[in-house]
Amino acid sequence: MPDMVLRLKDLQTHFFTDHGEVPAVDRVSFSVGKGEVVGIVGESGCGKSVTSLSIMQLVPSPPGKIIGGEIQFKGEDLVQASPKRMKQLRGNEIAMIFQEPMTSLNPLFTIGNQLQEAIRIHRKVTKKQARIQAIDLLNQVGIPRAEAIIDEYPHQLSGGMRQRVMIAMAMSCHPDLLIADEPTTALDVTIQAQILRLMKQLNEENNTAILLITHDLGVVAELCDRVVVMYAGQVVERGTMREILKQPKHPYTKGLIRSLPKLSEREQKLYSIPGTVPRLGVGQVGCRFAPRCEMAFTRCFQENPALYELENGQTARCFLYDEIEREGHPDGGKTSIGSKGT
Amino acid sequence: MKIDEKSNYSEQLQPNPAKIGQQMDLNEVEAFSPWKDTWRQLRKNRFATTGAMVILFFILLGLLAPFITAYPYAEQNLVERLKPPSAEHWLGTDHLGRDIFTRIAYGARISLQVGFFAVTGALVFGTLLGVIAGYFGRWIDMIISRIFDILLAFPSILLAISVVAILGASLQNALIAIAIINIPIFGRLVRSRVISLREEEYIMAARAQGMKNGRILFHHILPNSIAPIIVQSTLGFGTAILEAAALGFLGLGAQPPTPEWGKMLAESRDFIQLAPWTLIAPGISIMLVVLGFNLIGDGLRDALDPKMKN
Repeated sequence: MPDMVLRLKDLQTHFFTDHGEVPAVDRVSFSVGKGEVVGIVGESGCGKSVTSLSIMQLVPSPPGKIIGGEIQFKGEDLVQASPKRMKQLRGNEIAMIFQEPMTSLNPLFTIGNQLQEAIRIHRKVTKKQARIQAIDLLNQVGIPRAEAIIDEYPHQLSGGMRQRVMIAMAMSCHPDLLIADEPTTALDVTIQAQILRLMKQLNEENNTAILLITHDLGVVAELCDRVVVMYAGQVVERGTMREILKQPKHPYTKGLIRSLPKLSEREQKLYSIPGTVPRLGVGQVGCRFAPRCEMAFTRCFQENPALYELENGQTARCFLYDEIEREGHPDGGKTSIGSKGT
Repeated sequence: MKIDEKSNYSEQLQPNPAKIGQQMDLNEVEAFSPWKDTWRQLRKNRFATTGAMVILFFILLGLLAPFITAYPYAEQNLVERLKPPSAEHWLGTDHLGRDIFTRIAYGARISLQVGFFAVTGALVFGTLLGVIAGYFGRWIDMIISRIFDILLAFPSILLAISVVAILGASLQNALIAIAIINIPIFGRLVRSRVISLREEEYIMAARAQGMKNGRILFHHILPNSIAPIIVQSTLGFGTAILEAAALGFLGLGAQPPTPEWGKMLAESRDFIQLAPWTLIAPGISIMLVVLGFNLIGDGLRDALDPKMKN
């Protein structure tokens, strides 16, 4: 696709710890189109946050290091970009909002002070102009009494309000890409919906692409066009939001969707995928999900499956979609889709 | 409201004076800045206010010394030597017949100056080194931290003695020595604070906004480390005065006839039985000033601690 804002190709971010090398992001590839909302979904520790920090080139180093792959942002490889260039891009063309609105603002300065600072890093405007812009931004993100709030301190605002301020700050320079790392996790459900609606609105009005990192499939359903499912540092499935939620292909995605509570069913116990995310290490043999997989067979423990591309454009990292397995395996046979290794 | 173009942005947002005036009325809620809050907390603390009064007393004493004393501080009057406190000599006279009250008042100037300059010196260099070590980490941190370790491993008086031995005995050199002794105390404090702040989400957010290191350091990290620095400064004030007195006592600081309190103690110690007032006055002065600073320091620590707020 020509109109790509972001394109990750085989990104590898490893952490070099005392207990060995940990491939937190293991050959991750996906892309985000102009004005598109892409969700990265996965359990804690699956590498989704490290992926987002890698894009910003903010992986704590040491111990983290990007050891391979490309991050194409509007045709420019960020892995090769100089620190100076990254500073120009950050906040200006790529913005990021974080999980904890309670701690994402400096407690010592007023909201206005911090917003103006964010504007003035990248735009040559006077303090007065910046203040007017800041008030306008606060109005845009739906903060009431913006002219009063601008002179208040972060501790005087609620979590939802602070997240709105963070969004205002992120939108201050009209970025092409907004990375939102679990933006609603720390908020209660009614506020979550408001924040998601706000993000959707900003996405539509300003054509800002959003990379949404979340563990909440409900958030994905609300906002995303396409979804990337990650497990243990790898992409295990990619597809449109509808495909992923309606016809998940990878057993892990299926498990995730099964474990969502449904109001219509009165099941006694909520489904959960047995086991926990494995400890990551280099040179692991077999599919990372195999130990927890209900469908796993011998080959799953011997080889690491590639991402198989399915006919409708969906991809899944599972041998069930390998041609050889399709012949013999009952489940693979049922899904009569042509597949090819990538 | 929709934003169309980046370039049009400033044009769209021209100030509207009518609108702003109207909005001012809405601004009823007073924004309590963290500093105002601290000030209120501090005023409520009786120990801290007592400490502040003591310090204020000595500051005034030092400032007004020429006006409230009847004698020059170095004028000897051998006839009147070792006289007990009286109407002419409020705190008595020393072995050279000098008025002790006069010398205490002028000595307050010296002690407060020593405290101020030694703390300022230690503060500036310690904070700078601490911030650099904490923020950049790795080998820079290694080198700076080891220098701190070496400085701390030295007994402080011994270090001061060696500095004075190299530079010569004078009040100014004693001051430099005291500042050097106190650098690692500030440095380690700031370093540990910076290391914990570095992991704060708002620092990460600042970086995600494309802020430069210098700006993050001086605009976000340093202001947030200021609370412990202030506390340490007030406490350090007391220590510095004590150390200056100790050096003066050992003859390594102020030289006669400077009315430095430590020096006064040293000169009078032969007369402890004959004329105890010659020791009591400077002794109590040192104690009161140090106590005053410690009380303020403790009060500040409580006032600046977010957990103590109600």
